[in-house]
Amino acid sequence: MIATNRASQNFVPNLPSARRGSLAVSRVRAAMNRRIAIAFAIVIAAIASAAQASADSIPAPSFARTVAEVQPKIIKIFGSGGVRGLADYQSGFLISADGYVLTAWSHVLDTDDVTVILDDGRKFTSKLIGADPRLELAVLKIEAADLPFFDLSQANPADEGTRVLAFSNLFGVATGNEPASVLHGTIAAVTTLDARRGSYETPYQGPIYALDAMTNNPGAAGGALTDSQGHLLGVLGKELRNARNNVWLNFAIPTNELASSIEAIRTGKSPSGTKETKPKKPDNPLTLAHLGLVLIPNVLDRTPPFVDDVRTASPAASAGVHVDDLILLVDSQVVQSCAAVQKELGQLEADADVRLTLMRGNELIEVQVKPGQPQGQ
Amino acid sequence: MIERHAIAKVLLCISGVLFCRAAMAEPDEAVLKAEAARVATVAKATPTVVCIFAHEGQGGGSGVLISPEGYALTNFHVTREAGTGMKCGLADGKLYDAVIVGVDPTGDLAMIQLLGREDFPAAELGDSDLLHAGDWCFTAGNPFLLATDFHPSIAYGIISGTHRYQYPDGTLLEYADCLQVDAAINPGNSGGPLFNSQGKLIGINGRGSFEKRGRVNVGVGYAISGNQLRNFIGWLKSGRVVDHATLGATVSTAEDGRVTVSDILENSDAYRRGLRIDDEIVRFAGRDIRSTNSFKNILGIFPKGWRVPLTYRRDGQTYETMVRLRGVHHEVELAAAVEGPQMPIIPMPPKDGEPKKEEPKQEEPKNNEPKKSEPKPAPSSPLPIPEPLAKLFHQPPPLPDAVKKRFEARPGFANYFYNKLNRDRVWKSDMARGDFSSLSGPWSFSGDLVGGGVFSAKLLDKEASMSLPLGDTKLENTDNLGDVLNPPGSGGLLAALHLWRKLQVGGPGHYGEVTYLGTMPLEGHDRWVDVLLGTTGGVDCQFMFDSADGTLLALEMYPQTDSDPCEVYFSDYRETDGHFLPYRFEVRYGDNVFNLFNVTKYDLQKGAGK
Repeated sequence: MIATNRASQNFVPNLPSARRGSLAVSRVRAAMNRRIAIAFAIVIAAIASAAQASADSIPAPSFARTVAEVQPKIIKIFGSGGVRGLADYQSGFLISADGYVLTAWSHVLDTDDVTVILDDGRKFTSKLIGADPRLELAVLKIEAADLPFFDLSQANPADEGTRVLAFSNLFGVATGNEPASVLHGTIAAVTTLDARRGSYETPYQGPIYALDAMTNNPGAAGGALTDSQGHLLGVLGKELRNARNNVWLNFAIPTNELASSIEAIRTGKSPSGTKETKPKKPDNPLTLAHLGLVLIPNVLDRTPPFVDDVRTASPAASAGVHVDDLILLVDSQVVQSCAAVQKELGQLEADADVRLTLMRGNELIEVQVKPGQPQGQ
Repeated sequence: MIERHAIAKVLLCISGVLFCRAAMAEPDEAVLKAEAARVATVAKATPTVVCIFAHEGQGGGSGVLISPEGYALTNFHVTREAGTGMKCGLADGKLYDAVIVGVDPTGDLAMIQLLGREDFPAAELGDSDLLHAGDWCFTAGNPFLLATDFHPSIAYGIISGTHRYQYPDGTLLEYADCLQVDAAINPGNSGGPLFNSQGKLIGINGRGSFEKRGRVNVGVGYAISGNQLRNFIGWLKSGRVVDHATLGATVSTAEDGRVTVSDILENSDAYRRGLRIDDEIVRFAGRDIRSTNSFKNILGIFPKGWRVPLTYRRDGQTYETMVRLRGVHHEVELAAAVEGPQMPIIPMPPKDGEPKKEEPKQEEPKNNEPKKSEPKPAPSSPLPIPEPLAKLFHQPPPLPDAVKKRFEARPGFANYFYNKLNRDRVWKSDMARGDFSSLSGPWSFSGDLVGGGVFSAKLLDKEASMSLPLGDTKLENTDNLGDVLNPPGSGGLLAALHLWRKLQVGGPGHYGEVTYLGTMPLEGHDRWVDVLLGTTGGVDCQFMFDSADGTLLALEMYPQTDSDPCEVYFSDYRETDGHFLPYRFEVRYGDNVFNLFNVTKYDLQKGAGK
């Protein structure tokens, strides 16, 4: 405390440089170097004008007011995950006064117990209304009323150079009534998405805002991008890499790219893309035999889908599937049992490539399997 | 030559500006003004930024000067690597020797002193509680040890969150009530300042959330808040290894959102002040409590031993009291944190003879979310210490004399030299108000009591006595002062007055063990006080001195480790035979005022031998 007071009394802005300046005057004069003397006069003038500039300089306004207005619309989501490398939290925001929430479509929502926590700390168990697999966005619903929200119909297209704020619960920093995190930046480019996840291209390849704010962090997906007045510009994207140079991408999907699809899901008019409305059963469904895979005997309600055998020279063998691998995902669907694997494969045509996400020891491995003729019946 | 280079640089800048102005359309006036303001603020803050290089070439970090004498703050995890002495570069291009002063391993804070000047530029401390998410801020320091010319790197950003809590992450280290920023914090920024848009110091950068980019900024950095710095600066100047505080009680958030006491130590001050299990914590240290995290946040910014206001509620009745905060760690744990390898700290079992009851463990904050879906946030980590500029330090040089002169090793202290320095400073300022060293004979004084009646007291080297309306009492055994607490109900006033005389006559040199604790607030007093802790006659006694003029304002005599002290508040000082003496004592014990003594007559005798 003493030190602080003394510091404040003794502190003179720019004191050291001013001292250096006066020292320079005497030396310069001693040397009688005309050229430097002139240069010094300019410096003095520059210092004087700098002093004048600071006299009528006005600091850039704080974003604090905008942040305070936006925060009540931002929510924290907790769901499944928590295993190695997979966060069990993500971000979202309210899109209606009666509790519709927009968020990222991800593994976090793969549970019946998805908790939504409002900015004021109130917590709700949410219901999944539907998802758009192309945009990788989902709509949740909580039972509440009179909530502040972003109106998706008020889409505000923004240009490159627009100053933006990114609201999200990255790293799960905030819990309870603690406000989400906010980062600042600008729209670096309005471009199209050319990204990949692992070695696979993303389903959405439409327009995005590329950002210079670090939004590519665990839990940030589903957060809100606003302008400096707090108008919604887009939703923060998932953790993806640029397909060409492999760097992590900071991006948001513009509101006007998602508004009609999300509105359709919210109002139950979505013709496709919701979880409930699966595509029609294929004419020639894919089976394990097409891949040359044998799972362990299905003896429980939820027998974990471990690979019991891989047929020699089968598509699975050439794709690199090993005995004892655990199948986690078929394409982007979580499969928790042998039965679920068969069901998901059954949604696909027998001549379609299928992507399997495998757990081998502590490693997550993705393989692309090109089905062949059924084997080992 | 330096001047000439500086001139050339300025000319280059000016011509650059002129050229740009000519080439481009005139920008918005407001933008130019904002830019000018920002440039001026950065220029004002830059001279206070310290680039720290470990003396023996083991890395480095950043720091910030807070006083003209060269006191600077940095992270403990920077000084731990750097050791006793370090080299510090400032933006003036000069390299200064610096020495360790004090450390706070729990709060990741350390104080060093740069040597060789009396007029170091110093940053002004701002109020971090006034910050909001969205406010501009900037970090300054030595990321990746880039500053080979010692000119700090600046990164502008915004406050992303305030009052954040970051878990200990397997060590003592805990960031409570910290600031989250998106201004870049990278390896080497550790210990460097966070400034607000006015250039006031609002935090010390030291930690970040990282994941896939290795240990490089991802827009999520954390700074120790300015208000935590404010509380610890005086404490760190004591040269000690300082500890953080606990209430001696744990809290949890009930279903209805109330924060209630879930467990409490019966030997804690909070318990003695009436706090019990299931009581609701309403306010703590002047802030409303709305969640377990907010309680932990507030607790995390206070040093061990401070007294803070607590408001709690039971059965609709609200109680207000002041509680003394206990230490979080055992001395052995702290010593291990300072000296040992960087490993998780294992709590020490209680020593024999100590109360066996364990400190209740604070559970992870649950708030009121479901357990299953309430994960612990991804832990942030202290920034790593970057590789040193190896070529600068081919061989570990010996400690410079300037550093050696200001360093004294002692267990429990980062640098005992500073403890003696401050102990002697406080004593000298007290002595300026009266030298009692020749008055080693009997001290007699008398007067009247505000409660009615008269009193008289007599203090000698080995005994003390007092006459009160309720009878006469005596203190006969000065070797074990905690045994008999006379007069009854005072908590040991005679022992306290005996120690008062003992310190005034003998000074720290003849008192016993006297250490300087630091500065802290004292209830009812505007300025913070300097605190000396004396140990003699089997008891601890804290002496509080006005930090400006050295007046002894209060003392607290603790008969046992976990007992209420006898508190004596001295006021109405008047000059008497060349000495300033207090003519009013207020004596408190526990929740009660024992009595108010108005002295009307002093008789202090010279020692027989002198």
